Amino acid sequence: MAGGELSILVGGPAGAGVFATGSIAARALLYHGYSVFATNEYPSLIRGGHQWVLVRARMGEPVYAHRRRLDAILALDAETIRLHAGRLSEGGLVVCDERVAERAHGGRVLALPLVELAREAGAPPVAANVVGLGALLAAAGGRLEPLLEAVRRHYRGRGDLAEANARAASLGYREGSRAGLALGARIAYAPRGGRLLLDGNSAVALGALAGGMSFFAAYPITPASPMLHLLAEVQRELGIVVVQAECELAAINMAIGAAYAGARAVVATSGPGFSLMAESLGEAAMAEVPIVVVDVQRAGPSTGLPTHTAQGDLRFAIHASHGEFPRAVIAPGDPVEAYELACEALNIAWLLQVPVVLLTDKFLGESYWTVDGLPEVGPAEGSVVRGRAPSGYARYAITGDGVSPMLVPGSEGARVYANTNEHDEHGYVTTDPTTVKAMQEKRFRKLAKLREMAEREGVKTYGSGSVALLVWGSTKMVALEALRELSGVKVVQVVWLEPFPAGALRRALEGCREVLVAENNATGQLASLVRQHLLLEPRAVLLRYDGRPLEPEELVEFVRGAGCG
Amino acid sequence: MAERAFDTGRRPQWCPGCGNYGILAAVRLALAELGLRREEVVAVSGIGCHGRITEYLDVNAFHAIHGRAVPVAEGVKLANPGLTVLVHTGDGDAYSIGLSHLLHAARRNADIKVIVHDNMVYALTAGQAGPTTPRGVRTRSTPAGNTEEPFNPILLLLASGATFVARGFSDDVQHLKELIKRAVRHRGFAVIDVLQPCPTFYDSRPLLREKVYRLSGRGASSLREALELALEADRIPIGVIYEAERPTFEESFAHARVPPALRGAAKPDLSGLLARFL
Repeated sequence: MAGGELSILVGGPAGAGVFATGSIAARALLYHGYSVFATNEYPSLIRGGHQWVLVRARMGEPVYAHRRRLDAILALDAETIRLHAGRLSEGGLVVCDERVAERAHGGRVLALPLVELAREAGAPPVAANVVGLGALLAAAGGRLEPLLEAVRRHYRGRGDLAEANARAASLGYREGSRAGLALGARIAYAPRGGRLLLDGNSAVALGALAGGMSFFAAYPITPASPMLHLLAEVQRELGIVVVQAECELAAINMAIGAAYAGARAVVATSGPGFSLMAESLGEAAMAEVPIVVVDVQRAGPSTGLPTHTAQGDLRFAIHASHGEFPRAVIAPGDPVEAYELACEALNIAWLLQVPVVLLTDKFLGESYWTVDGLPEVGPAEGSVVRGRAPSGYARYAITGDGVSPMLVPGSEGARVYANTNEHDEHGYVTTDPTTVKAMQEKRFRKLAKLREMAEREGVKTYGSGSVALLVWGSTKMVALEALRELSGVKVVQVVWLEPFPAGALRRALEGCREVLVAENNATGQLASLVRQHLLLEPRAVLLRYDGRPLEPEELVEFVRGAGCG
Repeated sequence: MAERAFDTGRRPQWCPGCGNYGILAAVRLALAELGLRREEVVAVSGIGCHGRITEYLDVNAFHAIHGRAVPVAEGVKLANPGLTVLVHTGDGDAYSIGLSHLLHAARRNADIKVIVHDNMVYALTAGQAGPTTPRGVRTRSTPAGNTEEPFNPILLLLASGATFVARGFSDDVQHLKELIKRAVRHRGFAVIDVLQPCPTFYDSRPLLREKVYRLSGRGASSLREALELALEADRIPIGVIYEAERPTFEESFAHARVPPALRGAAKPDLSGLLARFL
């Protein structure tokens, strides 16, 4: 099929530049004018093991997710061929080094002296990957210039490496053109500028910055660390504080201290770190300190699969920490939503002085999608009052909407006393039953505004039909990819998980003859929320809990198997 | 006058003879003599009998959860370096559940002033042994006598890179006041381990009165000397054990020219950053 779709897998051991090559391949196709999606899988190792990047491109329409079928494999070792060659389509091609080819069996193989060519280009041996990419693009009828642009961009600021790799890519392209072994799928060229290739983690970081984040604290953890890396790198340019704490307990408590002082603070972690932060989530709620916690979910329980995806923390995020308090739990499904909701999470936190949990996952966090543009969002001051304290100021004044004007320490005329003990309006410890009840009710009055927001923005529908496929988080993208093959089915995405937008969801499901649920966990946590809030039993629930995202193919089978679509 | 400064007007509720009275008096006097205004100071307290001090000390305050007063204070100071940030914490809070935070704050030279109310026992939970309870002491969790070796907090903090390490005694209020003043004036992390009797659960007053002595002069002139003072066992020196200069944690964030806490809801120009993703 000329120009329509293309799936390329780059595979090899850790340390072979698989991610770099995948990233360059994705950009090269983006610069050809494709809508591009890239995702990866890697073990928790720094050297060795097997890892891959899958790059999928579609011309003219967005590409949402991966597919099983591959058009080409760039194999940086024989293991890659052994593991993935079975997925090659007719006309599919394996590109690899000659020495790797000797150990491969069958199939159409474009074997070239990749390492030799890298050396010839004056590049390090690892540049064999870029040589291979050049050959692959040539075999698929792609152009050299977009590839060179992608290579130079990738190695920008890294001295001679950029040109050495560009030479390596050119040599590969030349050899690939001469080989006379064409790829069944053909690459078209219809460039469109100004589009971003954005991963979910970066999107969250950018959205938080757009929301006025001035303080970020984190402890290293896969798969959330890329946010720390990006923000640590740009903190000087942006004049913000980015701290690597000694543990997640410290990270969230530093953020709580910073927010109490008046800084819009965010912490990012994954499940194990979020577990540690649980007590402090309640601390922020009780002290009414605005805080945003990003949980990039990975497969648990416990250490689980540190580098693999899951949506297993939903119920935990809704209930984490002892006692009862209002909170928001929101889950973006793609990088644009991640950007928008990270900004909104800060605005909600600062409007209502509640903890907000932004739930993403490894699949969203570390996959890349083509983004045409980002929405115009920005920070709102919320309920913080800057300047002199009004007379008789009380930090926890009982108000109609439960939100007490928040002064920050340093404000003239105010003693700002935040307290994790139950307290009176001025922050002093109390056990008086009347005050205790009044304060608990005051905090819970914030739920009204949260519910309003959840009902307004909490449910999104894609397509139309009498069968509803319910999803949350990144599973939306898999569902949208599957939707291309289904008819009479609409995808319903629940964005707000707490408070649960029961009314909006009920309206979205009106007239549906079947409700199906698909999610990346073992117990059907969204399904359980649907039962709880809508008293509705889904017709069928598809669960995947092997550390991998759902596949569009299995979703299509699931919907059809349930007698729908 | 000074005695009545920084008083919220609430009557302190600690046991008669509790060392917290002396510490509260010393910190009030120190703040007054330093000429600080209540708006410029934030006191973060942890969980324990000491934690009530934020009810009585009239400065901005954050009564945090157990063990986490230090990172909360680090966050406050990073967000607004213009504030003077005190931490009131106990031996359980600082040396047990929150130990790692204390040592990391020391290593970073975070500009916070940590006053450890060290009564060598868990008192608010009604009398269990803690990380500084001496061997042999009978508590409700060690009815046959404590069998565990206690920490030497001074040694621990010196080893962690603290740039100001002092020991005080809650019964010597004037001396403690001077220590607190010096700690606040110190540029960087300062910690004062304040020995205090707990007349209810571990009355160390007779022992402390017998063993405590004031260091003369300005304490140790080198880390080696300070370590020797820390190892002194027969008598207990109080005073500044060690003071050194090192760049502070906050100085490494000098690029945040507008303190994060004072930036308000401002959206930065992200165009340069977004260009990375083109």
